[in-house]
Amino acid sequence: MTPDPLTDPAALTRLRRDMLRFAELQLRDRALAEDVVQDALIKAMDKRDSFEGRASIKTWVFSILRNTLLNTIRSRARFVDVSAAESEGEQTALDALFDTNGRWMDDARPDVWLAPDQAAENSAFWEVLEVCLNDLPENTARVFTMREFLGLATDEIGETTGMSVSNIHVVLHRARMGLRECLRQRWFETEAVTC
Amino acid sequence: MLSCKQVTRLASERLDRPLNLRERLSFRMHLMMCAACSRFDGQMQFMRSALSRFSRGDTPDADARDDRQA
Repeated sequence: MTPDPLTDPAALTRLRRDMLRFAELQLRDRALAEDVVQDALIKAMDKRDSFEGRASIKTWVFSILRNTLLNTIRSRARFVDVSAAESEGEQTALDALFDTNGRWMDDARPDVWLAPDQAAENSAFWEVLEVCLNDLPENTARVFTMREFLGLATDEIGETTGMSVSNIHVVLHRARMGLRECLRQRWFETEAVTC
Repeated sequence: MLSCKQVTRLASERLDRPLNLRERLSFRMHLMMCAACSRFDGQMQFMRSALSRFSRGDTPDADARDDRQA
């Protein structure tokens, strides 16, 4: 039986650390992330009795954390620097992947990713994922995690940030290309085979 | 006929909005003939599910046994 992270000090330390990493990936602001995690933990302890034990307690606390993040983002006028988000990574790797006819360049053609399901059971993979998310440009990452972590639709992201939906699509696409390339290099290529 | 570059764009956008009929058909036709773009599309979907899992705090606990501090 794993210790209850809301009462066991060592488990609480680990839970708080994981929450902080997550919040920092979303907010890209350490001090703000600490405040949000603090808020979420207080809410969780306060509502501890309403936890029904269907999910793990960590999953339950993370749902509270996501809600707290969402409220924080919505209450901040300029959470995303729109012009930065739109220009970040503009002329980067994206174009180098394709020839002038839009076909994959030979060395960019996607290879097989071996055993992705096994990767997901390996804690080292999640560390790589975190490193790769951290490598994304700041405002790109904020938009991307609003979509992927908080599950906001593109029109909601538009309302919150003031970006146009078509620019949001561009930013999300760039983020995915960057994340994919990073995962390929740092994880899948190390054990890749060609077939 | 869509290019690989256009298909990668749709592989991303279909995670964010429903594609229209014309986009869906040309996307699927391209994937049937292009192994590279099929892999790319699978990788996009893998990333989507990994990020969702990460956001739920549902990842294997590497260090439940050690006491590393943040």
